[in-house]
Amino acid sequence: MLTKRIIPCLDVKAGRVVKGKSFVDLRDAGDPVELADFYYREGADELVFLDISASSEGRATMVEVVERISEKVFMPLTVGGGLRTIDNIRRMLLAGADKTSLNTAAVQNPHIISEGADKFGSQCIVVAIDARRVPGSKQPRWEVYTHGGQKPTELDAVEWAKKAVSLGAGEILLTSMDADGHQSGYDNELTRTISEAVNVPVIASGGAGTPQDLYNALLIGKADAVLAASILHYNNYTIKDIKEYLSQKGIPVRK
Amino acid sequence: MITIIDYGAGNIRSVLNAVARLGYTTKLVSTPQEVDEAEVLILPGVGAAGHIMESLKASKLDNAIRKYIAENRYFLGICIGMQILLGETEENGGKDCLNIVPGVVRKFNGGLKVPHMGWNQVKQRKSHPVFNGIPDETDFYFVHSYYAEPEDKTVIAGETIYGKPFCSAIIRDNMIATQFHPEKSGEPGLKIYDNFVKLATGKIL
Repeated sequence: MLTKRIIPCLDVKAGRVVKGKSFVDLRDAGDPVELADFYYREGADELVFLDISASSEGRATMVEVVERISEKVFMPLTVGGGLRTIDNIRRMLLAGADKTSLNTAAVQNPHIISEGADKFGSQCIVVAIDARRVPGSKQPRWEVYTHGGQKPTELDAVEWAKKAVSLGAGEILLTSMDADGHQSGYDNELTRTISEAVNVPVIASGGAGTPQDLYNALLIGKADAVLAASILHYNNYTIKDIKEYLSQKGIPVRK
Repeated sequence: MITIIDYGAGNIRSVLNAVARLGYTTKLVSTPQEVDEAEVLILPGVGAAGHIMESLKASKLDNAIRKYIAENRYFLGICIGMQILLGETEENGGKDCLNIVPGVVRKFNGGLKVPHMGWNQVKQRKSHPVFNGIPDETDFYFVHSYYAEPEDKTVIAGETIYGKPFCSAIIRDNMIATQFHPEKSGEPGLKIYDNFVKLATGKIL
């Protein structure tokens, strides 16, 4: 049986790992290569690296970081953040990334999804969606934000997810901006709505504080995988703890 | 020396890294003559089967691979590198493949999420040195939308369940192929490469 994936997410700025609380208040949490190796040995199922460097120097550093990680860590690596062109994607794949995650670039130029999927295969193209609940709507609705959560787009998250998949996205990395950084649970309604609307895997992101939050995202949210950052980085729980918990509650995980 | 076919697509680097990590020297090749000279050959695969077949045909690597395998030399195909061993694939609107292993490559359907992406168990259907030290039902990493259906079921060396059981490894004589990615499957995956190279170079029998 296909197991549910636990995916540590490392935010990298200028070659160092940082993690934001609701996208601000960054705090340095270590060297990306060492952390990648640590999570590899701990039993992570994949790794996601988000480059939050604003500069081109930072992005060049990220290519080197990916090269070094892929020499040490033999599991799937997804890299996102600041990828704007087919050439940006190609560079990351050649550096050793298995998948690239597109967010703002995909919204601004959806054609990059189809072109990337055609050139490298859908499995290389992850579309990351940052979504925020629209307050006061009768039916629950979520709006897509770009530019690291700064800019509202008026796009409906469910419609955008469907469109991204129809263009060739092989996976959706879905972050609830309302839940992100608060460690009080994922937005399971959002996750479930999107997971049921598309036929590609959905990674739930934003809000994990306890193993039960991950369980809920997988069971109630119908996520195929869960992204976790703070819950892991600050040693509240280990991947082993989380997998033992999930396994005891009947969720299939890799041991 | 481990020879790895580079047909201009695919994540060659992770395969190179995995083999290099085990301490073996590697060589990337892209011509029929270099394939013919290989001692141990790996065909990695990421991308679309139709595109890869076109690329292999254009460089005449298709016949070089057929000849290499017909001579019963050690071969390891990975993911699409396994699928194109079959007769034909439904991918890219239907394409002929190498037809070294008669059969068809079909798309997953029936309400399953596609690609089949993540870690899943491989039930070992053959006892073979390539599985040395790897417990039955070990999880390996998969990412694919199509699966191989060989006509001759005796070539099936591994089976995995996604909706229903499908062929996740093929072994026939010295030709070995996996649908999963050993280079992305942690230590058990590295062990597959290590076993394969040791077998091919006569270090295990």
